[in-house]
Amino acid sequence: MYEVTLLVDALFPRGWEHYLLGGLLIGLGTVIVYVGTGIHAGASTFLESTLSYGSKLRRFQQPRFVASRDWRVVFTLGIVSGAAGYSLATGEFGWTTAVQPWRLFLGGILIGVGTRLGKGCTSGHGVCGIGSGSRTSVLNVATFMLVAVGVAQLVMAMGVQP
Amino acid sequence: MSGAGVVAEHESHPLFLPLVFLGGAVFGVGLAVSRMARPEIVLEFLQLRDLGLVFVMGGASVLVGLVFWGLTLSGRSAPLTGKRFGRRLKSMDRDVIVGGGVFGVGWGLSGICPGAAYASLGIGNVVILYGVAGMFLGAYLQGYLRERGADAATPSPAD
Repeated sequence: MYEVTLLVDALFPRGWEHYLLGGLLIGLGTVIVYVGTGIHAGASTFLESTLSYGSKLRRFQQPRFVASRDWRVVFTLGIVSGAAGYSLATGEFGWTTAVQPWRLFLGGILIGVGTRLGKGCTSGHGVCGIGSGSRTSVLNVATFMLVAVGVAQLVMAMGVQP
Repeated sequence: MSGAGVVAEHESHPLFLPLVFLGGAVFGVGLAVSRMARPEIVLEFLQLRDLGLVFVMGGASVLVGLVFWGLTLSGRSAPLTGKRFGRRLKSMDRDVIVGGGVFGVGWGLSGICPGAAYASLGIGNVVILYGVAGMFLGAYLQGYLRERGADAATPSPAD
């Protein structure tokens, strides 16, 4: 029993309960949209559907982006508001990351390219796709998970913190 | 607000947008509670120093999977849209793997992903705007390059 406790502490130094609770709430948010509308809400399509407001590129003017762009803005505003409300209530509001801006910006560009080329992200493939038992999503998630672990290890080995 | 000739998905029911907002808000609370809105925590997972993210993605996908499965089997349609309940299935091609790989490099470098970045802005982390700007730029770049590629592949009609 003591060994199990040690193992849990080693794998989850901050505990695991809030991770599970947060994950269930992420799932509940997805379920709320799905039960009412039948839509599988992912977070990354918002990037392209929002570009359709300003760009005339045919890629962004596809009906699937134009028809969904309004509710995707509302969904994203909901995410921002929910996180803001929680952090204000707990007094965490105003926390800022120590990850360097160049990493956020360069990583962001790759995320913009990769999630749109790969048809989804951690929520579209990772939550909705895995939850659907989709083979495509399992392969996509396995790919980005393995690559991300490798890259994060490399960045850490090169002495870049955090 | 919708473009000419395209019916926006929310034009069907007055409760559509409020429900989407509520779902987004609960989703955002989940990202804040699980600390996924903090890139540092995601990076610690990818550095294999704190495996909590397994519970986040696991908890979310199991709950979502049960509901998707049950409602798909029921054969019913969603009350606000009339859309038939179904699973999220995307076609498999090379882009799924290449895109996943490119996303993985970005995620491993920065510790952010789209949903978590929006939530991060919500907790007041204004520095994340560098990441959000990058994401829009990346999404634009792939759209621009793919459209050029498609134009090059199909000869334009002579006029």
